[in-house]
Amino acid sequence: MTLSTDTQTSGPVATSESVASSPAGIRVDLEVIADLVEPRSRVLDVGCGDGALLALLEQRGRVDGRGIELSQAGVNECVARGLSVIQGDADRDLVHYPDDAFDYVILSQTIQATRNPKVVLSELLRIGRRAVISFPNFGHWTIRYALGLRGRMPVTANLSHTWYETPNIHFCTIRDFVALAEELGASVETAFAINATGQKMGMKMPWWFWNLFGQQAVFVLKR
Amino acid sequence: MLQKGGAQTVTPSTTAEPTSPTATSAAGNREALEPSSPVAFFGEDEPLHLDAGIDLSPVQIAYNTYGELNADKSNAILICHALTMDHYPASRSPVTGKPGWWSPIVGPGKPIDTDKFFVICSNVIGGCMGSTGPASINPATGEPYGLSLPVITIRDMVRAQRMLVERLGIDRLFAVIGGSMGGMQVLQWTVSYPDKVFAALPIATGARHSAQNIAFHEIGRQAVIADPDWEGGRYFAHDKRPVKGLAVARMTAHVTYLSEMALHRKFGRNLQDRDVLGFGFDADFQIESYLRHQGMTFVDRFDANSYLYLTRAMDYFDIAADFDGSLAKAFRGSETRFCLVSFSSDWLFPTDENRAVVHALNAAAASVSFVEIETDRGHDAFLLDEPEFFAAIDGFVSSAARARGLIA
Repeated sequence: MTLSTDTQTSGPVATSESVASSPAGIRVDLEVIADLVEPRSRVLDVGCGDGALLALLEQRGRVDGRGIELSQAGVNECVARGLSVIQGDADRDLVHYPDDAFDYVILSQTIQATRNPKVVLSELLRIGRRAVISFPNFGHWTIRYALGLRGRMPVTANLSHTWYETPNIHFCTIRDFVALAEELGASVETAFAINATGQKMGMKMPWWFWNLFGQQAVFVLKR
Repeated sequence: MLQKGGAQTVTPSTTAEPTSPTATSAAGNREALEPSSPVAFFGEDEPLHLDAGIDLSPVQIAYNTYGELNADKSNAILICHALTMDHYPASRSPVTGKPGWWSPIVGPGKPIDTDKFFVICSNVIGGCMGSTGPASINPATGEPYGLSLPVITIRDMVRAQRMLVERLGIDRLFAVIGGSMGGMQVLQWTVSYPDKVFAALPIATGARHSAQNIAFHEIGRQAVIADPDWEGGRYFAHDKRPVKGLAVARMTAHVTYLSEMALHRKFGRNLQDRDVLGFGFDADFQIESYLRHQGMTFVDRFDANSYLYLTRAMDYFDIAADFDGSLAKAFRGSETRFCLVSFSSDWLFPTDENRAVVHALNAAAASVSFVEIETDRGHDAFLLDEPEFFAAIDGFVSSAARARGLIA
């Protein structure tokens, strides 16, 4: 359930197909998230796909990594590569974890595909000391253009599904997400936008700029 | 729970009734009394404390080992067998002459690699392949125990395994692995001796036996008990064996190990050795012939009282009951790495039963992986050739071995 679709057969997510790779062959967006995680911490990756992020984290910082993944193919691949991953999904399985079980709970490109994003987000904040959430920004100018001027639901390189087959049922803009975090009483520890090539955008830009030009957003939230 | 590959062939037999005990069954009884495998003997000074409140002694445990124990004794894997299996997962059974029931999984270069690990498998207490069970001779009477043996539990089996493992000079097991009733033993190990198990691989199992499973076991037991040759459990004294009852028990149980889809795929409504219905009660259908064959071959290798005891042990199994009904409490503080595997068409231990254990482990913040293997072969799939299943075992065991420093 991470960014690219080429590694998974099913699962509710897979939003962006064209994500840049670093020279080491690791997707830039995964590296951006991995940079946020302190070494030796306990991490839960919700929607971990084939385990690329968990493997990267374990290799870099010797974290105690766990994962949840919906697709059988993804889970089997993770377990075969030695990762602690269970088959499940964010809507159903987070409730079984105790409070403060993890230092970080990561939800990468998945929240827009959950049935109840608000409940999922509050669960993330309950079981993790920090929640790292990335999602496609529905306020991006290309989307506004498609809907506002063309009058069609957007189908972009980043959001490639047509409206009738998309697993993404709860889109939000960066501003919408900030409002939800506030409603849940969470504080934003770090936030930045990612452009089309998977690179971080300048930190000093105002929210409106991110909301218009950020293709994806990454938030680190605390209770 | 049944013989490997059992569902693969259709036998031509149309015999309506199981035959009387044969040469093979005599061999089975010989294995119960004088096992051809190594045996650990525990005398009166080392009784087995049973959940029934009785100290059983003497006790003997028949076992096999594969591979070499390393210098610091850290590479031992205990394999726990299912209801009607034995301690021959990777070598030929002396009773049936068939290859080990997990030979695709256990052996040199296999997912459970005997070039790297020291693999132990023992016949469960209550069994009939050389460990103390109802067919064993009660030294106090000189007669087989029969029903005078106290009821055995899964925890008793695990307690006995712990005695054997200690006898072999091993303090902490690298891994405990097993499917079905073997999976119950794996879970019990992690609860009874949490610091003695580095990694646990319970397969196609549950933390309790469901009402439906108890129901099927009860049908099987009643079939045995209703057979006049059972003689109140004292059939050896009368030189009889309740083969008809035990065969019916096996036929019923065998259906629960398969799936509707697999039965349809293999047998459908195909007729056996005939073109038209026979308008009688002979085995018209292939599935009937197949089940009769399963029942008949089973009675040749298994002791009827042992079947009563082992099914009872599974029925009594309920880990949460020992922890105020909370399964999560049972696993609290566990540092064992778990990997659970279920099979999508298993209706004996369905995925949800396995997932309940996963959720409890999550709640206890334990390290757990969980894979559901897509297959139409039902509960039996854990004994069959399932590449994704093998890959999961291989991946989990290898990563645990790296974490334990056993392999680079």
